[in-house]
Parts: sequence; structure tokens; C-alpha cells
Amino acid sequence: MGHDSPEAIKAEVKRYMMVFAALAVLTIVTVAVSYLDLSIGAAVVVAMIVASVKGTLVAAYFMHLLDERKTIYWMLAMTALFFGVLMIVPAGAIADHTGTSTEVAREGGEEHH
Amino acid sequence: MEIPYTVEPRPDTGLYNAKLGIWLFLASEVMLFGALFSTYILLRTGNPNWVQHPMDVPLATLNTMILISSSVTVVLAWAGLRLNNFAQFRKFGILTFLLSAGFMVVKSFEYSAEFSAGLFPWTDNYMAVYFTMTGLHGLHILGGMVVLGYFLGPGAKMWKSNPKQFTNRIEVFGLYWHFVDLVWIFLFPSLYLL
Repeated sequence: MGHDSPEAIKAEVKRYMMVFAALAVLTIVTVAVSYLDLSIGAAVVVAMIVASVKGTLVAAYFMHLLDERKTIYWMLAMTALFFGVLMIVPAGAIADHTGTSTEVAREGGEEHH
Repeated sequence: MEIPYTVEPRPDTGLYNAKLGIWLFLASEVMLFGALFSTYILLRTGNPNWVQHPMDVPLATLNTMILISSSVTVVLAWAGLRLNNFAQFRKFGILTFLLSAGFMVVKSFEYSAEFSAGLFPWTDNYMAVYFTMTGLHGLHILGGMVVLGYFLGPGAKMWKSNPKQFTNRIEVFGLYWHFVDLVWIFLFPSLYLL
């Protein structure tokens, strides 16, 4: 929302600079971690955690979501819900093993008995 | 007839109209990019022979830094207007425009190198995903540059006639710009580092 006294705005500007420094450091961390010999699973988890922290900083401070109206929070909650549904689609597809080789092999084995 | 709630908040939402509008737009953008990320995950996990071409990480890191810097310059431009300091807005607005142009120049170097290496959107699934997502993101940067160019040029006249509404317009532009930055924050590790 932003509070418009000059002192409050100047304090905000200081916070923006601190957030910028944090984002720059986290970008370096993201790149540095990619050079470590991590398994793909661990690399995905670490990269997404760092990206989420960076995203949260941008949303909280630059988009001033720390201090916003309820209308926006409700709208974002609905967006998060539907975004979750979008992410469940590939998760469901990955978890679905119907018709995969393991099952085919097992069924084939049963036919022999 | 004057359009209501361009400056003062609506009593029911507590927001001026453009702010409600931009958040609704950003919600639709989350779904747009969310669908692409979802597609990427599905294609990548479903293909045991997924080919990941090595991308230019230093150039992409430079672009990440450029976008993060432009997010700071946008909030500083907005802060300038709130401090009734148009010169600060102009300085940081121009800087934001230059940074976004810098991002596009770096991206064009990347694309040229990829085309020279024979990597095109139709090469394989990874390149299709890469060009679709970075291309759509680049179009968002271009769109932002057009809007910012308008506010720095002919649109700046509003500062004299209605400074509050102009300040609100820059806040709304800033929200869009931070969202574009936020998308890149997830695109960068997903497409370049993993």
C-alpha cells in the first residue's frame, strides 16, 4: 500500500536496497549450487527453494504484499489454488503407473501360471 | 463523464481500479506461465531420452542481475513520484528502460549463438520449451518497454494534470514489471541450471 510520509518512503528505499543485495547474493548461490555434483532430485529441490526465497522477497517487498488489502490476498489465494491444480496435473501423470512395463510384466507372468 | 476510482480507493475493494485490474491480470499470467511450467515438467519427466543442451549460464546470470536491478530502479522511480520528485522518477525510469533494453540485447546474443549452433524451436522438446518460455517472457519485457516508453514520453504529461493518478499508473506498471522479474527468477534455474 505504501505510507507516504517522506521518512517512511526513505526507509522503504533502504529496504529495497537490502532486498536487492539479498537477491544478488541468492543469484550467485543458485549458480554456485549448480556446479556442485548433486543428483538431479537434490539439485531441483535446492534450486526451487532458492528461487522461492527470491520470489518471496520480490513479492513481499517490491510488490509490497507484506502490507496489502484483503481483496488482493483473496485473489492470490484463489490463484495459488488453481496454480496448485496445474501442478497436480504433471504430478498425477508421473504417479500414474497404469500400463507401465512393471505392470505389464507382472500381468504377463500371471498368465503363464 | 469522469471515470471513478482512478485515484481514491473503491469502498468495497479498498483499491483503486487499476490496481485491482493489474492484480487480476497478473493472476491470469500466473496461470499462463503455470501451464507452460506444468507442460515442461510433464514433457521432461515423461521422456527418458530427454536431451538437455548446455546453455550460456554466464549470459543468463548477467540477465538475471539486469532484471533484478531493473526491479529496484522501478521502485525507486515510483518512490520519486511519491516524494514529489519528478526528476528522480525520470532518472530511474530511463535507467529501467535501458536495463530492459540491455536484457533484450543479451537475449538476442544468446538466441544468435543458439541458431548458429543449429538449435531451433523444432530441434527437440527441450529447445521447443526453451524458446517458447523465454520467447514469451521476452515479449513481456518488450511490452513493458513500450508502456514505460509511453510513461517517460507522451504519458508523462499527466504528472502536471493529475499527479496522483500518474503515480498510481507507475505503481501498476511496477507490479507488472516485478512479476516479469519473478517469472525469470524461476525460468533461470529451470531452463539453464537443471
